[in-house]
Amino acid sequence: MNSKKKGMTLVTKQRAAGWAFLTPATLMIAIMSFYPMFRAFILSLQTGTGKNMKFTGISNYTRILADKVFQKSIGNTFLYLIIQVPIMLILAILLAQLLNNRDLKLKGFFRTCVFLPCATSLVSYALIFRSLFATDGLINSVLVNLHILDQGYNFLGNSGSAKIVIIIALVWRWTGYNMVFYLSALQNIEYSVYEAAKIDGANGWKTFWGITVPLLRPTIIMTFIMSINGTLQLFDESVNLTKGGPANSTITMSHYIYNTCFINVPNFGYAAAMSFLVFIMVAVLAFINLKVGDTRD
Amino acid sequence: MKKKLLAVLLTGAMAMSLVACGGGSGDTSQDSAAASSDASSSEASSEASSSEGGNKLTIWAWDQTFNILSMQMAADQYAADHEGFEVEIIETSSDDCQTKLTTCANAGDYSTMADIVLMQDNSYQKYLSSYPDAFTDLSNININWDDFGALKQSYSMKDGVHYGVPFDNGAVIACYRTDVLSEAGYTIADLTDITWSRFIEIGKDVHEKTGKYLLSSEANGGDTLMMMIQSCGANFINDSGQAYIVGNEVGDACIDLYVEMIQNDVIKLVNNWDEYISTITNGETAGIVNGNWITATLMTTEDQSGLWEITNMPSVDGVASATNYANNGGSSWYITSNCKNVDLAMDFLASTFGSSTDFYDAILPNTGAIACYLPAGESAVYNEPNAYFNDQAIFSTIVGYSANIPEFISNPYHYEAREAVNTAVINIVNGTDKAAALQEAQETLEFKMSE
Repeated sequence: MNSKKKGMTLVTKQRAAGWAFLTPATLMIAIMSFYPMFRAFILSLQTGTGKNMKFTGISNYTRILADKVFQKSIGNTFLYLIIQVPIMLILAILLAQLLNNRDLKLKGFFRTCVFLPCATSLVSYALIFRSLFATDGLINSVLVNLHILDQGYNFLGNSGSAKIVIIIALVWRWTGYNMVFYLSALQNIEYSVYEAAKIDGANGWKTFWGITVPLLRPTIIMTFIMSINGTLQLFDESVNLTKGGPANSTITMSHYIYNTCFINVPNFGYAAAMSFLVFIMVAVLAFINLKVGDTRD
Repeated sequence: MKKKLLAVLLTGAMAMSLVACGGGSGDTSQDSAAASSDASSSEASSEASSSEGGNKLTIWAWDQTFNILSMQMAADQYAADHEGFEVEIIETSSDDCQTKLTTCANAGDYSTMADIVLMQDNSYQKYLSSYPDAFTDLSNININWDDFGALKQSYSMKDGVHYGVPFDNGAVIACYRTDVLSEAGYTIADLTDITWSRFIEIGKDVHEKTGKYLLSSEANGGDTLMMMIQSCGANFINDSGQAYIVGNEVGDACIDLYVEMIQNDVIKLVNNWDEYISTITNGETAGIVNGNWITATLMTTEDQSGLWEITNMPSVDGVASATNYANNGGSSWYITSNCKNVDLAMDFLASTFGSSTDFYDAILPNTGAIACYLPAGESAVYNEPNAYFNDQAIFSTIVGYSANIPEFISNPYHYEAREAVNTAVINIVNGTDKAAALQEAQETLEFKMSE
């Protein structure tokens, strides 16, 4: 016992302490995340309905190539991604910039207002949007009373407008969330930097592009990755707002995967294979994002 | 520093009280029929099923005023001559029940299932074929199966073996607002024993004169088209279990009629069930074609009392096997493989839902649950006039309809077929060529039915 203690140098002691702190978290991640992922991969190599599963190799992955509905859901999800994420992040930066103003009165109040949507549950806000945009909902009543429309427009019943409603809902729900990250990052930027720029005669626009955006870069990358990740796994809005309709024109990948497991005749093998594809997409997009955003070399 | 300490304390207090909430609700198992939160059902699940030789059964059902109440009355009746018998009914929505079953089955652990579960007839074949080990076969139950209609039995049977005790009747009825009809110059007799093309004529006329639709239907998950084709004894899946959308003459006739109704403002397409109900309650539609269980919802709209009357549904034109009768929905009771007291469960179901006209007479006035148990329909209670429906004796009328429903072969892919054809209809209405839309639906359905 004694000799062992003597044998531990300061460095090994520190290392041991490091490992001791790391182990619980590592074990938890391994058990809660990596093991299920491994099992899901095994599951994705099996085919069959319900309990009648047998190993069929990669047949579930080739099946994806023939699945028009899933391909449609990929298209829908990426459409949300391409349109919604930039709009949301730009809005979030602008709002953060506005609310970071030192002379602004009632700052706390406005910040709370913008952040508040994030405190609502996904299901309840989706249901509220559904009733807002119903044919006899608030939006239509207002439009009809202002004589912009003759009769209520079926927003959720037409594929184009249904997609737009989902995007509006997403922007409403998540802008405040991203704004908080920008706000905290902005507060870390020394005010003297701005003062220096002002003295040098830079206008607001130049300051924004020359100082704010470069200093926010790590935060922008992080919010981008989180938004991409979140959008690719979009589920509640598709299920509760539109049920994926009309004619599958708003269905997302996760919604379709859920349907494959719990609504249709259960085919967990195929659902696992589709989930893995989503996983790969998220990983690839995040990797590209990190590489593009990396300025160290 | 003080502030920080306060914040930590407050957060801690909140977290603790939330934990207490989650844990506490499990203790309320006595009246857990009323508790519907997820927490309570998962907490209660550790003792989900009966113990061996015990006198208690747990049950999942989903409607306080309908099947839960019926089950409670059945339990009370059974307890009267079986001392100590009790049931614990856990309110579990139909969707939740199915999700839980799927989760249990895939985990290979049924121990959290209740002893008896209620399931939708249209869903059951799917679960029976996917998870055959989840249910107890009822070969030994003391029920005279001839007392139930053949179609109703077929929903809960596989290879000639019974798995379920039939509960409520899903016979399709058509309900019409007589005040709107008379405004347009029609009576209920004009809509009885008609075809869909006559229905379209009347519907156009009604829309022109009153601005109301004669029918509403859900765009994505609507049953109207399924009821139409099943009223001809046909389906979008053929008898050998293959997708049968392209080249299906009966199906073609139904789709043509359905699309025509949408395009001519006879049917209003809505996006979801809430909107469907609100078209009825706010008087936007003057008609309903659905399973008779819709009357329970309809009767909650008290200001329309006396305005509604029921009759049979229209029949499909130009199809030899067409009738004015179909089935939509309905449910049956199943004993799970987790039940450790199968004899008790079987005896309980057999002596209440399976053979007691007294029981069905008792539940009818309270719940409106119309029996599939044929002898019950002859009882006097079924002939009583119903004030909501302008003093029609709707119950005996509905029982009469259910005797005429053509049989068809139920299969696990009901919802896939429904989704595929409804998608095709939306595409056709939006301008896609009919043949192309049907071809796509056929391919989608074939794909979903393959492994």
